Amino acid sequence: MATQHSQSVARMMMAPAVILLLGWMLVPLTMTLFFSFKKYLPLRGGDLGWVGFENYVRFVSSSSFWPAVATTLIIVGGVLAITVLLGIALALLLDQPMWGQGVVRILVIAPFFVMPTVSGLVWKNMFMDPVNGFFAHLWRFFGAEPIQWLSQASMPSLVMIVSWQWLPFATLILLTAIQSLDTEQLEAAEMDGARPLGRFWFIILPHLARAITVVILIQTIFLLSIFAEIFVTTAGAFGTKTLTYLIFQRVLESQNVGLGSAGGVYAIILANIVAVFLLRVVGKNLDA
Amino acid sequence: MKQIQLRQVSKSFGDVEVIPPLDLEIEDGEFVVFVGPSGCGKSTLLRLIAGLEDVTSGQVLIDGADATAIPPARRGLAMVFQSYALYPHMSVRRNIAFPLRMAGLDRAEQERRVDEAAKVLNLTEYLDRRPGQLSGGQRQRVAIGRAIVREPTAFLFDEPLSNLDAALRVGMRLEISELHKRLSTTMIYVTHDQVEAMTMADKIVVLQHGVIEQVGSPMELYRAPRNTFVAGFIGSPRMNLLEGAEAARHKAHTIGIRPEHIAISTRKGDWQGVVGVSEHLGSDTFFHINCPDFAAPLTVRADGELDLSYGSTVFLTPDLLHLHRFDDNGLRLT
Repeated sequence: MATQHSQSVARMMMAPAVILLLGWMLVPLTMTLFFSFKKYLPLRGGDLGWVGFENYVRFVSSSSFWPAVATTLIIVGGVLAITVLLGIALALLLDQPMWGQGVVRILVIAPFFVMPTVSGLVWKNMFMDPVNGFFAHLWRFFGAEPIQWLSQASMPSLVMIVSWQWLPFATLILLTAIQSLDTEQLEAAEMDGARPLGRFWFIILPHLARAITVVILIQTIFLLSIFAEIFVTTAGAFGTKTLTYLIFQRVLESQNVGLGSAGGVYAIILANIVAVFLLRVVGKNLDA
Repeated sequence: MKQIQLRQVSKSFGDVEVIPPLDLEIEDGEFVVFVGPSGCGKSTLLRLIAGLEDVTSGQVLIDGADATAIPPARRGLAMVFQSYALYPHMSVRRNIAFPLRMAGLDRAEQERRVDEAAKVLNLTEYLDRRPGQLSGGQRQRVAIGRAIVREPTAFLFDEPLSNLDAALRVGMRLEISELHKRLSTTMIYVTHDQVEAMTMADKIVVLQHGVIEQVGSPMELYRAPRNTFVAGFIGSPRMNLLEGAEAARHKAHTIGIRPEHIAISTRKGDWQGVVGVSEHLGSDTFFHINCPDFAAPLTVRADGELDLSYGSTVFLTPDLLHLHRFDDNGLRLT
């Protein structure tokens, strides 16, 4: 009796939150689907009626579509690889006792507090500028011809900028995971004859598996939709147009809401494919 | 000749000297128990022998050779940790095989030794489980298995039973003693529980503040504790330590008498007292008797069938043959 009552009360109490979240998700999704079947050009006649799947066909058959998908995946993959590998290395380093540990740890987290737009501009103007950037000076100091980072090596530059932003996140999560490792396990492994590399490979890395999974999943969600970094650096030029950026161009630069909405639906599909793939590969680490 | 020798070994953490220089010899095949209250340095001493901590000064000799600078893995010692320290992501089989794998043994030999150890420890049917799926006692056995397969010079146990419940502890205590008889390998065992020390050890090392108070067989320590600390620490319940007029009557600063060496009577005796709390164990009953002559209540063992009500008056007679006398420094008088 009491449980039945409390259950229905609990449902009523949760209802506002559930309805709000559902609405938050469903309204934009429905509107995206709605517009994707329409020819809707805000500055060129507005709503021009239903067109069926024409937007979908046009979006895929555009020459920019597959390169955009590829770019998106390369950025996500590249940033994940760099942040996870460097994150593990940094976390191991920061776990060592050292002088000024607290300050160093805060400094390591700092890039995460810098807004994407700001960090994009700082990298573009202060580091990667081919004339006055830090790298240009460095290259010239060694007598080399400065690289025009954002045009000649646009993708590596972009991956570098985004990695710099996300490295603190990975480091932080991995550091807390390393700190939760029972030191007796490491000592047992030492007694068992495992060298430092063996201890890392057989004890620390398996212990980190779950944290690495969390880092990969969370970062993927955010990396699939990076935008500001591209907008302020290359504006989608030099092969840095991601799917997100392509949609932005279709909706705002071409003023074609219908076409952009169809792209949005493709983005949802891509995100789900990536999610299913990731959960298959690393999801088992989250069990038990 | 597999003895372990400590020569003037000391250990400091920063300015704090945890273990002042001490000497200790452990013979081949001995079961040595380090016992003492928590914080007495017994675990640190074990870790010094294991090589997990570096000695501040002095030498650790294994088989007569100086092992002070040898890394833990190459000292030929195996350790069982308090938390078992099993590798949670590996199956029991891989846990036990880990030291062999690190030593680079071939797969067939690994299999053979793991199966052998599993048979000894009754773990055969659990070999493919993860540590997380095992009970405390089984985990403990896996940890021991991981130590056995290396066929070490000596086993080091760091309070291995403190995470088990009381019933299991008694069982594992027997199993470890059994294992020692069968393998006749040196074992060094750290515990704060004097019952474990008494029941398992060939030789007990009583430590306090990093100093060895006494070394000897369990019965030597029981019969002739060298000082009041050992007297109070070994034996359960504790020895009654009395000061004042009664001690002076025996020409000592402190006298000690164990609960089992006091006769209790309702009619006559040397000391008169009032029955306080009584603890019935079935076979024995321990009475806490408040005597007006002594500051603290005396603990007295009596037959389990004896029933004395709270507050009744009784008479106690100490067995003078088993009376221990100590001087004002707490040292034993002979």
